[in-house]
Amino acid sequence: MPSATLLGQALISGVLAGGMYGLLALGLSLSWGLLRLVNLSHFALAFLAAYLTYEMGTTYHIDPWWSVLVIVPAMFVIGLLQHWVFDRFKVNELASLLITFSFAVILEVAIQLYWTADYRRFETHYSTLSIKVGAFYIPVLELILCLVAGVLAWGTWLWLRKTYVGKALRASAEDAEIAAAYGVDHKKLAYLLSGLGAAYAGVAGTFIALIATLAPAQIWAWLGVVFAVVIIGRLGNPLGALFAGMLIGASESIAMAVLSPAWAPVVSFSVLIVLLLWDPDWS
Amino acid sequence: MSKGMGAWRRRTFLGGALAGMVAAPAVLRAAPPGKPVRVGGTLSLTGFLAQTAAIHKIAAEIMVEEINGRDGFLGRPIEYVLLDDQSKPDVARSLYEKLITVDKVDLIQGPYATAPILAAMGVAQRYGKIIIQSSMGIPKLQTYDMAFPATPFGPEPDKSYPNVILDAMATLSPAPKSMVVLTSKFPSAQFMAQGMRTEAEKRGVKVPLFLEYEAGNRDFGAIAARVKEANADFLWVGSLGLESNQILEALRKLDYRPKNSFHLYPAPGPLALSPDGNLVWSSTFLEPDEPFMSRPGMKRIAEHYKERATKANLPYPIIDAQAAGMAAQWQILEQGVNGAKSLEDKQIAAWLKKNVVTTVYGPTKFDGPYNHGAPAQLIRQVQNKEWKVVWPKDLAAPGVKLING
Repeated sequence: MPSATLLGQALISGVLAGGMYGLLALGLSLSWGLLRLVNLSHFALAFLAAYLTYEMGTTYHIDPWWSVLVIVPAMFVIGLLQHWVFDRFKVNELASLLITFSFAVILEVAIQLYWTADYRRFETHYSTLSIKVGAFYIPVLELILCLVAGVLAWGTWLWLRKTYVGKALRASAEDAEIAAAYGVDHKKLAYLLSGLGAAYAGVAGTFIALIATLAPAQIWAWLGVVFAVVIIGRLGNPLGALFAGMLIGASESIAMAVLSPAWAPVVSFSVLIVLLLWDPDWS
Repeated sequence: MSKGMGAWRRRTFLGGALAGMVAAPAVLRAAPPGKPVRVGGTLSLTGFLAQTAAIHKIAAEIMVEEINGRDGFLGRPIEYVLLDDQSKPDVARSLYEKLITVDKVDLIQGPYATAPILAAMGVAQRYGKIIIQSSMGIPKLQTYDMAFPATPFGPEPDKSYPNVILDAMATLSPAPKSMVVLTSKFPSAQFMAQGMRTEAEKRGVKVPLFLEYEAGNRDFGAIAARVKEANADFLWVGSLGLESNQILEALRKLDYRPKNSFHLYPAPGPLALSPDGNLVWSSTFLEPDEPFMSRPGMKRIAEHYKERATKANLPYPIIDAQAAGMAAQWQILEQGVNGAKSLEDKQIAAWLKKNVVTTVYGPTKFDGPYNHGAPAQLIRQVQNKEWKVVWPKDLAAPGVKLING
């Protein structure tokens, strides 16, 4: 039987790991829920941002907290350009899967051409710092990630709920024609949201560079679990994405502590199936 | 086949041509004239195995130039027809089929990693082609009688290599009495982990915790908590790539450092250079030190490898067992062709079975089960951010010995 310390530590690790799931899910959830575009290239954009953080940190010795000021706006612009393609070719939900998958593959190859397929690791002096609270250790970097994810998710939720732009976006997602009749310019708002989603991928990428291993093929490593998080959290719901990420992260981690680490991937999809069948009303 | 056909990407390396010969050492002559002997093969140039395939590709390029500088195969230049199997066994299978039936290559070379090798071996067997490989970590799966291993795993590395580790552990003071075995479910790592647990228990080393995680596991926090709680004297990790770095980092976040740890197939550079890597153990077959550098051709190959790998922007441009494995593949094929004085697969295979071949791994025989010779898997340890062979003692780098962590 695992000890209370082991269970507590596993829970902390899982919730913090879930912060990354939530952060990655944030942009994807907005794009899918409010623009009806399933953007698979979101993962590739996050990894591009991670590689840029790595490059700026290792080659030019720029601290990631500074490089993010360049990377996030750059990702926002990429998001705008990407949406121009969607808009120009009138891409629908199903076609977006194929187009963004192709875009992700192209990005993967480009990353491999420049950075090679070899593993990259961005070592920083704070990557292994922890705070000790009683018998438990809280990794500082993962804690910062969770806080950033929390701020972004709450901020986005408030923006969607309380501002005219946010309400207009939600109205367009419900019924674009009726929203347009009330003067909502869905096209412009869609550009804004697309840029925002890509910018969130940029933030996630910065943390990926600091926490995870970089290899071009890793782009696909997060896809399954993040999709589960997006669906569990409800499309277009930023807080839902964050909480779902933490739920999945904690469930995986407890499974690793109590059962076997090999069970972890089964957990996320089992939780997804259970919640889809149960269909709780969390609104 | 035309160039640039998507998955069937082709890299043709004609010895004596272009930049290859510019970089060739003075002792090498120009490639011989005549119709090239075409040797086909795949490597995982893209996909999750691509980082290792990049190493194999460089080693193969060097060896093709070396062999052409030595008169090629039977006085004809060799041409390496290399395709990208995308790290997928099914693609590897199709590409070997194509190499043999459409491209009509004269000979083939094995791909990288157990699964693509198994796929390629099936095709080789169907067409009666000899296949040489250097990275099948589960020798008992090599059941085709014209398949030859270039790396000296020995026929039962799951039994032989754990005992090498246990022998080395026994020399520590105090000798470890317990061991956590943590492994990726990647087949060759899992295979060795099960062997490690069995052999450790046979020799009285307790295994209080045996954990398996999925290849590509993202978060090691909970696993680290379990390793810390078990607090064994020794940590054995069946890791691939950067998993070892991630595990040691996760342990450090819990303020825990295993007294001694072994890592099966780590990314050598990142682990050696990591603050957590000091004094960790790993498996190897050679390192660029004596006595290995005195083996025929080794020094030259190591120098070329360093030059090319640096140019290719590989983060760890030092030759190790991965690159050496590919070099050995070509050395075996060259000696087989020259020894048999033929390009006929059956004759080459027959010659290899009867003779001793000299490769970067030393004298190599194929007279045991699954065409394996004696095992020669060694232990290396990170000392001052460099990998050094430390066990067995007679193969340790000069002045280097195993240090207790």
